[in-house]
Amino acid sequence: MRQMAQETPAGDLRLADLTKRFGVFTAVDDLSLTVPQGAFFALLGASGCGKTTTLRMIAGLEAPTSGQVLLGDRDITGLRPYRRPVNTVFQSYALFPHLDIHENVAFGLRRRGIRQVGDQVERMLALVQLQGYGRRRPAQLSGGQQQRVALARALINHPQVLLLDEPLGALDLKLRRQMQIELKRIQTEVGITFVHVTHDQEEAMTMADTVAVMNAGRIEQLGAPADIYEYPATAFVANFLGQSNLLAGEAGGHAGDEVLVTAHGARFSVPADRARLVDGPAFLGVRPEKLHLAGGPDDVPAGHQHVGGVVTDASYVGVSTQYLVRTAWGSELSAFTANSGLGGRLAVGTPVTAHWDPRHAFLLPRAGGEDDQTTPLLDEPPVGAVS
Amino acid sequence: MKVRRWLADRWVMGVALLVLGYLTLPIAVVAGLSFNRPSSRLSYDFNEFTLDNWARPCATADMCDAVVRSMEIGLIATVVSTVLGTLMAFALVRHGFRGRSGINGLIFLPMATPELVMGTSLLALFVAAGVPQGFWTIVIAHVMFCVSFVVVTVKARLAGMDRRLEEAAMDLYASEWQTFRRITLPLVLPGIVAAALLAFSLSFDDFIITNFNAGTTVTFPMYVWGAAQRGIPPQVNVIGTAMFGIALLLVGASSLRGRRARRAALAVIATPAGKP
Amino acid sequence: MTALAHVPTAGGSPAPPPPVRRGRGRLLPYLLLLPGAAWLLVFFALPLLQLAAASLYDPAGSLSTGYAMTWAVGNYPDALQAYWPQFLRSFLYSAIALVLALLMGYPLAYAIAQKAGRWKNLLLVAVVAPMFTSFLVRTLAWKTILSDNGALVGLLRDVHLLGPDGRLLATPVAVVLGLTYNFLPFLVLPLYASLERLDPRLLEAASDLYASPLRAFGRVTLPLSMPGLIAGTLLFFIPATGDYINAELLGTPNEYMIGNVIDSAFLVRLDYPQGAALSFLLMAAILAIVFVYLRKAGTEEVL
Repeated sequence: MRQMAQETPAGDLRLADLTKRFGVFTAVDDLSLTVPQGAFFALLGASGCGKTTTLRMIAGLEAPTSGQVLLGDRDITGLRPYRRPVNTVFQSYALFPHLDIHENVAFGLRRRGIRQVGDQVERMLALVQLQGYGRRRPAQLSGGQQQRVALARALINHPQVLLLDEPLGALDLKLRRQMQIELKRIQTEVGITFVHVTHDQEEAMTMADTVAVMNAGRIEQLGAPADIYEYPATAFVANFLGQSNLLAGEAGGHAGDEVLVTAHGARFSVPADRARLVDGPAFLGVRPEKLHLAGGPDDVPAGHQHVGGVVTDASYVGVSTQYLVRTAWGSELSAFTANSGLGGRLAVGTPVTAHWDPRHAFLLPRAGGEDDQTTPLLDEPPVGAVS
Repeated sequence: MKVRRWLADRWVMGVALLVLGYLTLPIAVVAGLSFNRPSSRLSYDFNEFTLDNWARPCATADMCDAVVRSMEIGLIATVVSTVLGTLMAFALVRHGFRGRSGINGLIFLPMATPELVMGTSLLALFVAAGVPQGFWTIVIAHVMFCVSFVVVTVKARLAGMDRRLEEAAMDLYASEWQTFRRITLPLVLPGIVAAALLAFSLSFDDFIITNFNAGTTVTFPMYVWGAAQRGIPPQVNVIGTAMFGIALLLVGASSLRGRRARRAALAVIATPAGKP
Repeated sequence: MTALAHVPTAGGSPAPPPPVRRGRGRLLPYLLLLPGAAWLLVFFALPLLQLAAASLYDPAGSLSTGYAMTWAVGNYPDALQAYWPQFLRSFLYSAIALVLALLMGYPLAYAIAQKAGRWKNLLLVAVVAPMFTSFLVRTLAWKTILSDNGALVGLLRDVHLLGPDGRLLATPVAVVLGLTYNFLPFLVLPLYASLERLDPRLLEAASDLYASPLRAFGRVTLPLSMPGLIAGTLLFFIPATGDYINAELLGTPNEYMIGNVIDSAFLVRLDYPQGAALSFLLMAAILAIVFVYLRKAGTEEVL
């Protein structure tokens, strides 16, 4: 009989060269990362990127094809799920329909042979603000309440790591916001490591201290939410986390502490500490909210770089107006203008000059043959937009 | 115009109620005849009202013996077929194995084979093997044709169960056995109970297969068949009415246990016929 | 008596089977399957083989002297020659009964599934209720209903649908009515299951798109209820064709079906080779019809 993992000292969660293949399909591809103890860590990615499979391997519900899962110094790769100090909040909550809320929450304690569970269950239900709901069945609760029961059922076991599999996906927008704040509060209170899987970039950014963006079984970028947003590492990240205007060009070496770029016949530059490469095919990226529109080249502030174009579309979304500007070479750029002044909107057909501060631009590697990339308007409402 | 619309909306329901009348008429007749004092043993017509048949249901001793024998056979066949069928359903839904299509065929074929053929083929086997026919050959035959129905019923329930509930239990420190005992079994139990009830009713009411494999053993349907030639005692209708009443009570009781239970019961009745 | 529910899942694709496990637990599925599969092999499959053998025994033998295996293929044409009228009658009666059952069962299933509202469960119980009591006792009740002295025959004689000496009992009408009655629920239940899943908004959409009620039925309702209809007709047809209880209790030897012949071959005349040959002919004929029917209906999903 192996001893329960609780007895080993707590520590960081480490995944080492973790790989999972289903037949010929590689769901998770040689993944390595460390989640510090007590962190709120988000795995962000589109569906099918391998984030849930990674989570299931940490929980022990899926056996890795190769690689290791370590908790502190302990290798838990081969442990059965019920021998790991890890608990999960499932996407559909997976509350036991034949047990009442009290017994659902007490389930883990009882399985470990703890008889006096009443006080702990009451305290846990209070933590998730469900006092007095103990005798109800899961089917009698709303989605938000069920979600909180699922959380209480996992937290009561004081796991070293709590895994959350899209825990807010089934809730409506308003409730989701509320639960995001709630989850964050609880995490700070209990100080347990949270690993949160989500496809919602906004959710990941508002809740997590560290975000890992996953794509095709690999981690594209890992870091603090603001760092990833301000300085994405790849074109995928630049477009998955918010939107970006990416101009296809060629990086042409250093000039002082700047990197020169040629794109569509014009010359631009990017600060060296915002360039991921110095030579070769590159994307010059600018976020839409950092792209400003002026009447002509003469109105562009000193130090800004610019391209000329014509407004082809304008969408009023309350806090901002979103414009599409067609450049001379035919690509469209998007630009968001805050509706903070009294100025009128630009009409479709108006010639404009789009300009930006080079310190807001970033330079990313580009595969040869890739062209400009702009996310279409209103594909995803920008952060803070009224929807 | 209004009348036409009204008719167009209602005629389907009207036809449906007529058909329901056709389906339930014989039961009303059985119930009525259970209060009949027939004019002669071979008469099927209503003659005179009496409570005698209900007061002394076992006036014909043979008949009550046959009912008891049918119950004994039904209980044994139910227990055996429910155990065998449930195990098979678990293997089919929860495990991968080679030869799946062969097993599926073996389970499906008895349901598609005319009972007559199953009855005669078992008779041919027992005769060729020199097995004397009687109580136990009936049990063997009943288990055989009940197993498939148990598999189908339990399988439907099991396939509709969320696997994540079991994963959640394992995640919450329940071992494989505890997970089965605390989560899987309670959730599949309604399906197993429904399968058992179905098996019992199939066994209790079977005539054709039993007829070929009974030897001299007399079950209730065998008794009715034999009596139909010699004259039916009116107590047969008492048994028929009582069976109906008990079954109706069971349905009623399950509906008293709440909407969910009732819907589950109905779902089970209709389930193997379609997807849940 | 066949069961309430005969059909494996009709319609919808089932979840893919779990993968074959390696190592630990690899034997478990076989252990779970073993007792049930063994029972079916020994008491279902093996008897069919024995029946096949018996159908080829020397017809000159008898139960007391024993049968010799002489590969007497001639048993088949002999049996067919002797009993082709009963054979034909079986299929004729069950086909007529099937048509009647469809005319009654479709409106019933449709009304319960789409029109019954909160009475749905009650009506469903009413469909299943007849099966709560003994099959034979119910069939005998038809003897009372159709009796020469009964109200029904009296009424039909009064309106001259029957002659003054006309009767229902002991006629083909009684046998067909009995077959229809006994197997109707098997047709209705699967049909109900597939009609219940029919979204009534589809019919609204059809009528919004200029379909008359009849056209909406033909183009929407009927095609979508196909899986249930196929399953239901098979569930009705297979037991009805092999039935001999209705012919025995409600008819006369003039209405005997092939089941009556097989019954007497095994239990009265003790002519096993002939009984076995007839059993196999019946099964082969039913399987052939089912196969052709499924091909025509364009779906093998129900099997």
